[in-house]
Amino acid sequence: MFAYIIRRILATIPVMIVVALFVFSLLHLSPGDPAAIIAGDTATADDIARIRQTLGLDQPLYIQFATWVWALLHGDLGISIFTNLPVSKLIAQRIEPTITLTISTLIASVLVAIPMGVLAAWKAGSWIDRMVMVFAVLGFSVPVFVLAYLLIYVFAISTDLLPVQGFVTIGSGFWPFLSHIVMPTLALGMVFTALIARMTRASMLDVLAQDYIRTAQAKGLANDKVLIGHALKNAAVPIATIIGIGIASLISGVVVTETVFAIPGLGRLTVDAILRRDYPIIQGIILVFSAAYVLVNLLVDLSYTFLDPRIRY
Amino acid sequence: MTVVPTDLAILAAPSARKRGTWAYMRRHPTIVIGAALLGLMALMAIFAPYLGTVDPQALSPIRRLRWPSAQYWFGTDMLGRDVYSRTLYGARISLTVGISVALLASGIGLVTGLVTGFSRWTDAVVMRIMDGLMSIPAILIAIALMALTRASLENVIFAITVADVPRVTRLVRGVVLTLRELPFVEAAHASGTGFVRILWRHILPNTLPPLLVQGTFVAASAMIVEAILSFLGAGTPPNIPSWGNIMAEGRSLFQVAYYIVLIPGAFLSITVLAINLLGDGLRDALDPRLARRM
Repeated sequence: MFAYIIRRILATIPVMIVVALFVFSLLHLSPGDPAAIIAGDTATADDIARIRQTLGLDQPLYIQFATWVWALLHGDLGISIFTNLPVSKLIAQRIEPTITLTISTLIASVLVAIPMGVLAAWKAGSWIDRMVMVFAVLGFSVPVFVLAYLLIYVFAISTDLLPVQGFVTIGSGFWPFLSHIVMPTLALGMVFTALIARMTRASMLDVLAQDYIRTAQAKGLANDKVLIGHALKNAAVPIATIIGIGIASLISGVVVTETVFAIPGLGRLTVDAILRRDYPIIQGIILVFSAAYVLVNLLVDLSYTFLDPRIRY
Repeated sequence: MTVVPTDLAILAAPSARKRGTWAYMRRHPTIVIGAALLGLMALMAIFAPYLGTVDPQALSPIRRLRWPSAQYWFGTDMLGRDVYSRTLYGARISLTVGISVALLASGIGLVTGLVTGFSRWTDAVVMRIMDGLMSIPAILIAIALMALTRASLENVIFAITVADVPRVTRLVRGVVLTLRELPFVEAAHASGTGFVRILWRHILPNTLPPLLVQGTFVAASAMIVEAILSFLGAGTPPNIPSWGNIMAEGRSLFQVAYYIVLIPGAFLSITVLAINLLGDGLRDALDPRLARRM
């Protein structure tokens, strides 16, 4: 067990090395002089030379990579070209709204999706099941920003129920916080909820066909005990897996959601960085998001042993 | 979603198939609905110039921000451009991106999948790279690539393809690894069939059905990613009327003229829905065992 945890943690190292290589090589894969691209159309030769020197682009590649990784391991993500501030500082300033929105979406989606999937599997073939499946297909099909605008139209323009945009920290009052986070959470959570509901249903259908479920029913256990205690417990591993994989959809979605709702988080930082071609920021954000994704999936893998005691390593 | 209630329905499948196309379509209604919707979108894209459209780029400041009416079906934007014409021409961009990325990613993924499925040495190296790439959310890969290159349709297609190749590779590799161990491949090998022939006659045909299903989902996600990239200002150049661009332009005016954002958004959603329905239907049709579960 302990050996497995160590092995699993070590396995994330090659993955992160590839991520780092990708992020690093982006500047060099691109056609043309990276310094000139970053400098933009109106740059003078001096500007380009300055940027080349700041980024260390005048040194051999392997030295550049080594210096970059060394700095990375010390939490140094480089200096923003536009603002001249450390990227790690810029990210730290913007990370709170992003984490808040991601966690609220994660919780809301899981709380909605799992009961939906369980119910659909229990009543397989019924109209409830069909509604859940229709919801799942729609959830995959309506892009996050289309849904976000639809919600704004319904809840903020047609009716005056919720504020159109903005973000309020949880520290400055629960109700203002809630009213600002409801729509972003709904918009961001749609794909994730559809994904989890679908996997829960599929996994539950497999388990419900097992003999021990029939035994539990035959000996007169109440439905809820069979569904939660016997079925859901045994269906948990694939559901945990899809929650881990689905985090990618949350990360992708958060960039767009923050733009629509004017939330000052990492997504907005990304968009500003794209428009200004502030490459160190984009690199830093990709690294942070990918590390978060790898970490979540590491935790999911480690959770298997708790979810299913039969899994022993 | 077709839900086949019992195993008997599966046993009955061959006889249903004999009754021909009509019965097949009734068994898989999602394929028909998806294909019909998608066909409609494709016709709309192809015949955009003949469907009562005007030049989608024609500026007309006098008529800016007119609400949808008999004259301007979908209204006009802040520069007086006709949103109906722009939306119809936008279908061309979305479908081009969706189809190109699906074909390119499937083609490249098929080759890398076959190679890694057969060569242990490349497998170790290539799959580590793919694992790494897969832990970067697809949109971020595309954003990173687009931030470095000039905004153009070709670059958008390239960027989204790079982000999608790892998933296709992993799928094909998985299928190849399973097939390699199956008796009919071993039998072919034992009876002296050459490697190339086994690959061509036995392995390749069996990778195509899952690849086709995956291809539809790649197309759907590529269209969403293109729209998101354009919406964020990192996609198709602003002078091309793509759905994402139209929505990006309407963003600041949403509270006054929400139709500029919602109409292309609806077209995008319907197109993606059509492709998803088609993909779900194809998956059910090609793998009846799975169909009962998903």
